[in-house]
Amino acid sequence: TNPRLCLTAPIEFGVGHVVDGTSLVSAVCTAQGFVFNYSTHTSLLSADISALLLLTGDPAFNYQEHELNERLKRLYPAVNEEETPLPRSWSPKDKYSYIGLSQNNLRVHYKGHGKNHKDAASVRATHPIPAACGIYYFEVKIVSKGRDGYMGIGLSAQGVNMNRLPGWDKHSYGYHGDDGHSFCSSGTGQPYGPTFTTGDVIGCCVNLINNTCFYTKNGHSLGVAFTDLPPNLYPTVGLQTPGEIVDANFGQQPFVFDIEDYMSEWRAKIHSMIARFPIGERLGDWQSVLQNMVSSYLVHHGYCATAMAFSRATETMIQEDQTSIKNRQRIQKLVLAGRVGEAIDATQQLYPGLLEHNPNLLFMLKCRQFVEMVNGTDSEVRCFSVHSPKSQDSYPGSPNLSPRHGATNAHVHNTGNTDTLHTNIFEYAMHASKAKHIKLNLFTNVVYLHSPETSSAVDCVFWCVDSDSEMEIEAEHYSNGVTESSTRIMNGTYKHQEILQADDSSVDDSCSSRQLCGGNQAATERMIQFGRELQALSEQLCRQYGKNATHKKMLQDAFSLLAYSDPWNCPVGQQLDPMQREAICSALNSAILESQNLPKQPPLMLALGQATECVQLMARVRSGSCSFARVDNFLH
Amino acid sequence: MFGVTIIPTFLWPEIATSACEVTATSRHYVDRLFDPDPQNVLQGVIDMKNAVIGNNRQKANLIVLGAVPRLLYLLQQSSSSLELRTECAVVLGSLAMGTENNIKSLVDCHIIPALLQGLLCSDLIFIEACLRCLRTVFISPVTPVQLLYTDPTVIPHLMSLLSRSQHTQEYITQIFAHCCKVTHSSFLGFLTPEHQTVLFNHGAIQNIAPLLISPSFKVRMQALKCFSVLAYENAQVSMTLVNVLVDGEQLSQVFVRMMQRDKPIEMQLTAAKCLTYMCRAGAIRTDDNCIVLKTLPCLVRMCSKERLLEERVEGAETLAYLMEPDIELQRIASVTDHLVSMLADYFKYPKTSVLDHDLKHAHELRQAAFKLYASLGSNDEDIRKKITETENMMDRIVSGLSESSIKVRLAAVRCLHSLSRSVQQLRTSFHDHAVWKPLMKLLQNAPDEVLVMASSTLCNLLLEFSPSKEPILESGVIELLCSLTQSDSPALRVNGIWALMNMAFQADQKVKVEIVRALGTEQLFRLLSDPDTNVLMKTLGLLRNLLSTRPHIDQVMSSHGKQIMQAVTLILEGEHSIEVKEQTLCILANIADGNTAKELIMTNDDMLQKIKYYMGHSNVKLQLAATFCISNLIWNEEDGSQERQDKLRDMGFVDILHKLTQASDPNLCDRAKTAMQQYLA
Repeated sequence: TNPRLCLTAPIEFGVGHVVDGTSLVSAVCTAQGFVFNYSTHTSLLSADISALLLLTGDPAFNYQEHELNERLKRLYPAVNEEETPLPRSWSPKDKYSYIGLSQNNLRVHYKGHGKNHKDAASVRATHPIPAACGIYYFEVKIVSKGRDGYMGIGLSAQGVNMNRLPGWDKHSYGYHGDDGHSFCSSGTGQPYGPTFTTGDVIGCCVNLINNTCFYTKNGHSLGVAFTDLPPNLYPTVGLQTPGEIVDANFGQQPFVFDIEDYMSEWRAKIHSMIARFPIGERLGDWQSVLQNMVSSYLVHHGYCATAMAFSRATETMIQEDQTSIKNRQRIQKLVLAGRVGEAIDATQQLYPGLLEHNPNLLFMLKCRQFVEMVNGTDSEVRCFSVHSPKSQDSYPGSPNLSPRHGATNAHVHNTGNTDTLHTNIFEYAMHASKAKHIKLNLFTNVVYLHSPETSSAVDCVFWCVDSDSEMEIEAEHYSNGVTESSTRIMNGTYKHQEILQADDSSVDDSCSSRQLCGGNQAATERMIQFGRELQALSEQLCRQYGKNATHKKMLQDAFSLLAYSDPWNCPVGQQLDPMQREAICSALNSAILESQNLPKQPPLMLALGQATECVQLMARVRSGSCSFARVDNFLH
Repeated sequence: MFGVTIIPTFLWPEIATSACEVTATSRHYVDRLFDPDPQNVLQGVIDMKNAVIGNNRQKANLIVLGAVPRLLYLLQQSSSSLELRTECAVVLGSLAMGTENNIKSLVDCHIIPALLQGLLCSDLIFIEACLRCLRTVFISPVTPVQLLYTDPTVIPHLMSLLSRSQHTQEYITQIFAHCCKVTHSSFLGFLTPEHQTVLFNHGAIQNIAPLLISPSFKVRMQALKCFSVLAYENAQVSMTLVNVLVDGEQLSQVFVRMMQRDKPIEMQLTAAKCLTYMCRAGAIRTDDNCIVLKTLPCLVRMCSKERLLEERVEGAETLAYLMEPDIELQRIASVTDHLVSMLADYFKYPKTSVLDHDLKHAHELRQAAFKLYASLGSNDEDIRKKITETENMMDRIVSGLSESSIKVRLAAVRCLHSLSRSVQQLRTSFHDHAVWKPLMKLLQNAPDEVLVMASSTLCNLLLEFSPSKEPILESGVIELLCSLTQSDSPALRVNGIWALMNMAFQADQKVKVEIVRALGTEQLFRLLSDPDTNVLMKTLGLLRNLLSTRPHIDQVMSSHGKQIMQAVTLILEGEHSIEVKEQTLCILANIADGNTAKELIMTNDDMLQKIKYYMGHSNVKLQLAATFCISNLIWNEEDGSQERQDKLRDMGFVDILHKLTQASDPNLCDRAKTAMQQYLA
C-alpha cells in the first residue's frame, strides 16, 4: 500500500503533481509548520502596523490599515502574502498620466481633457489577484460621475495599455457606467447590467475556481459577466471625462455586498466535492489503506493495547511484534518522565549497538539527562532523594510528569472511564471503514486526536487506553523527531511556552521548594561528575567527527543552567520544561524504528504533510479551490 | 371481509396467480393476529412488520384481508402489552407508507382517532410510534386535514408533547406544517385562516420557535416549514413572529441565518418564504435589509438553472409574491443575476414528452415564469421593455394563452395583463403579435379567474391609443363584454363595463349605438344600481363617454333621454360617494352641452333645483361640476340662450354664481366668472 496517494486523490488538482520523495521531508516540515504559520503571520503584520504607526502617526489611517489586515486575513486565509501579496491600493506606477491618486492611493480622479475615447485613462492595483484567494472581491464607490460618467470597472493583465478603459483590449475586462454594458476584450460592449452613477457602489468578484467574474451594484449581484478569465489579473479602473472620481475598497471597509456568504457557498461546494469524491470499486483498497494508517500510527507511538485492539477489530496485520512495541513504549515513557539515564540503559540493553551507531542521538540523550539531573528527575540523582525513588506515584506537582496543554489531564488519568473511551476510537475507525466515502474522515479523526488544539476530552482516549500501565505516554507533536533545528518548531513551541510559563509561575508560588537536583548534596556532586563525563564525550565526538556547532550549543545551554541560582527562572530555564523531552523522545523512537527497518515517520503524518504541501502547490499552479480545501479545515 | 380478493381482471394470468399465492401467505399473517396466546400475537405482529417493509403488494393484501381493524383493536386494547401496542403502531405506520389507496383504507378504518387516542398514553416509545404513523397519514394529500381539528383537545395535547423528544418535535411540526391550510373560499381573493388561528391560539409560535435552534436538522426544518404555513397571508401571526426572540435573537435574524448560502437549499428556500410572508403581511418593511439584501437575492438564486425544478418553481412563485406590490423590489430583482433572461430558461424544458410527470414539470415551470414576469413588469416601464425584448417572449405568451393547463393559461394572461399596462408595448409588440386574437379566444370559454385577468387585459387593449382596438371591435367583442356585465362576480362586471367604457371613448356613432343596443337600457340601469361602487363608477364613465360630442349627445338623449334623466335623479338623490355624484353631475353637464338634449334639463325644475343645491355644496368638486352644467345651459352663442338665461336668473342662479366668483378655489372662481360673462355679453 502506498498511503501517500490516498490523501492526494480527494483533493481536486492535476494528476501530475504527486509529491516526490525528496519533497516529502519538506512536506512533513510544512505539516509541522502550518499550525504556527498563523502566529508568525500575526507578528509580521503587527510589526507592519507598528512600523506604520511610527511612519504616519495618523490614527484613522492606522485603524483602517488594521481593519484591512484583519479582513484580508479572514477572507483569504490561504494566501501566503510573502509569495503573492494581495492588492491593497492603486499603483502610482502602473497608471496613465491622466489619472490622479489621493487618499493613500485609494481615490482615483480624472485629470485629462476628456474630449474623446483617446483620452481614456486607467490604473491598476499594486498586485495581481492571487489564485489562492479562491474568491476575490473589491468594491469601487462612485464619488462623482463627472461630466459624462464614462467609468469602467474591471480587471486587466500586466502590460495592457493604460490609455484605455478596462475591457477594450485583449486580457482586459470591464463594466461601464454610462451604458451598463460589459466589455470582454473588445471595443463593443454587451448589454450586461444597469447603468451606474454618483453614489453607487460597484463590486467586482473574481471566482478563481471556475475563472468567472460577476459584478455587484449596491450590494446586489448582477450575474456572471465574464467566463474563462486568464490568471494574474489586476483590479483596474478607467475614467474618461473630467470630474470623475472613484474610491476603491480592497477590504479597508466592510463590503456592501455579502461576499463572505458567497464564499461560504463555494466552501460548502468544495467540501462536498471532497466528501463525495467517487472511489467506486476501490472501496476495499481505501478501507485497508486507512486501517493500516491508523494501525501504523498507533504502533509508531507505542499505543500497544490500542493498536492490538484495533487490529483485532479490523483484522489488520501489525508488522512489528508486540514485545518490540512494548519495549519502545517503555523507553518512551522513561524519557518523557525525565528518567533519561534509565532510558539510555534500556535502549542499550534492548537494542544493542543502536546508540553506538548514533553518537549524535546518544549525545542529545546525555545532554537531556544532564538537564533532568538539574531538574532532579533523573534516577541517577533521584536515588539520593529521601523519597522512594522508584515510586511511580510520588510525582504529583513535580515536573516529572510531562504536563499537558490542557489543565485537566491529571484528573482524566484517574477517571478510569476506559470502556467508553476505548470504544470511541473504534467507533471512529469502524464507522469510517464501513462508510462509503471514507477518505479523509478517519484521517481527520485520528489527526484530530493529536492536533495541538486537542481538547481534553479527546486526550483522555489515549490517556485511558493504556491506563493499566503505570504511567502515560505523552502525546506527541508533529514537530518531534525530524527537524529539531527548524525555526518553525521554535515558533510553534513558543505558543506553549507562554501558557506553561504562566502555569509555572503559579506552581512556583505554591511549592517554592524546587531545588537543584532535588536539593540533595550527593546528587549535585553526581550531576557535576556527569557533566564532566558529558564534556569528555563531546570532546571525543569532536575528535572523531569534527566540530559540531549544534552539540556545542546544546552543551553550553545545559551547563548554563548551573550559572543561575534559580535555574527554572533563568534565560535558559526553558530547557527544564518537561515539554522539551518530547523532541528527544521522538528522535529516539524514530531511531529505534529505523534500526528495525520500520518507517521512522508514521505514514499518517507523511500523508498529512503531503496533503498540506499539495494544497500549497495548488495555489502555485493557480487552482483556486485550494482556498476552500485547506487541511486545517479538517483538523478542527 | 375475509373472502375478498383484489385481483383485478386485467392482470396477466401469471401475475394473477402469484398474487393469489401472496394473498394466501398474507392470510396467515392476519390469522396470527387472532391467536389466543398474546405472545404469539406479538410475534405475529413483529413478523408482519418485517414482511411488509418495502412491499407494497403485501401491504395492499394485508389491508384487504382486514388486518387494519384488528391492529387498531390491539393497539387500543388496554389489556395489550405496551410492546404489542407499539409494534401495531409501527406496522400501521409501515402500511401507511405504501400507496395512496393504503392511506385511504387506513383513514376509512378510523385510524386517526385511534392513534390520537394513543397519544394519551405515557410511554414515549409508543407515543413516537403513533406520531410517526399519524405523520405519514397526514402528509398524504388524500387525508382530509380537518380530521386533526375535529377533537378540540388534540392540538393542545400535541403542543404539550413537543417537549417530549426530538422525534415528537419532528413529527408534530411536520403534521402541523401539512395540516395548516389556508382555504380559498368560492369568491376570489378570500382566504380563511381557520387552521392558522387554531394553531396560533394554542401557542404554536411560542412552542415551536425554540425548535428553530434544535440540534436536529429535521426538527429545525419542520419547525421552519410550520412557520412558513402559519405566516402565509396572516397578519396576526406575522406581527407576532417579528417580536419573537429565539435565544436572544430576533426571529427574522434566525431566518436570515438559515438563508446563508452554505445551508441546504430546502432550508434557504423555506426561510425565504417565511420572511416573504411576514413582509407581505406587513410585519416587515419592504425596504428592510433582510428583505432587500437577503430574501430577494436568495429567491433569485432559487430560480437558477443549478436548482432542482421544484425549487425553481417555488422560488419563482415566492419571488413573484414578494415583490408584487413594491416597485423598488421589482427594480432590484430585474437587475439581479440576469433574472429576466434566467427565467427564459424555464421555457426550455421539453414541452412535449411522453411522460406525464415531465409534462407537469414543464407546465409548472412555465406558469411560474409567467407569474414572475407578471410581477416584475407590473409597475416599471423599463422592466416591461426588458421582458418583451427577451427571446421569443411575446410568442411564448401567445402560445401560453392557449395551453391545455389552466394554470399556465392563467399565468400567461397575468403576464400579458402586466405588460399591457405599457403604452409603448400596446402600440408595438402587442400589435405585432396580434395578442388580441388568442386573448379573445381565451375569453370565450374560460373559468372565472382566467376571465378576470383576460377581460382586464382586454380593457387595456381597448384604450384609444391601442392599435389593437380596431380589430377587436371588428371581432364582435361587444356582445361578450355585455355578457360579462351580467356575471355574478363583481370583478368580471367591472371589467366588462370598464372595457365598454374604454371602447366608447371618442368612438364612432356606430359603435356607441351598438354598445347601447347590445347592452340594453335595462342592463345599463341595472348596473347603475349595482352594489359595487366600481361597477357604478365605470357605468357612469361609459355614459359620459357615450354622451360626448354634441350630435351624439342629442341622439342618445332623444332615444334614451327619459331613462337617463331618471337614473341621474336617482343617483343624485341616493346615498353615494362624492366621486359618484361628481361623475353624475359631469354627465348632466354633458347633457347640457347638447342642442336638443339641454331642454331635458331646462324643462325639469326638480333637476335644476338639484343643480342649484350642488352649486352650494360644501365639496368644491361637486360645486365645479354643477357650475359647469349651468355654464353649458346659459352659453351665449346657442339658440334660445336668452330664454334659458332669463329662466335661470329668475330661479336665483345669478346670485349663486356671483357668490361663487368670490370662492377661494381658483378653478371654481374662474368657472363662475366665465358663466357670469354669458349674462354680461
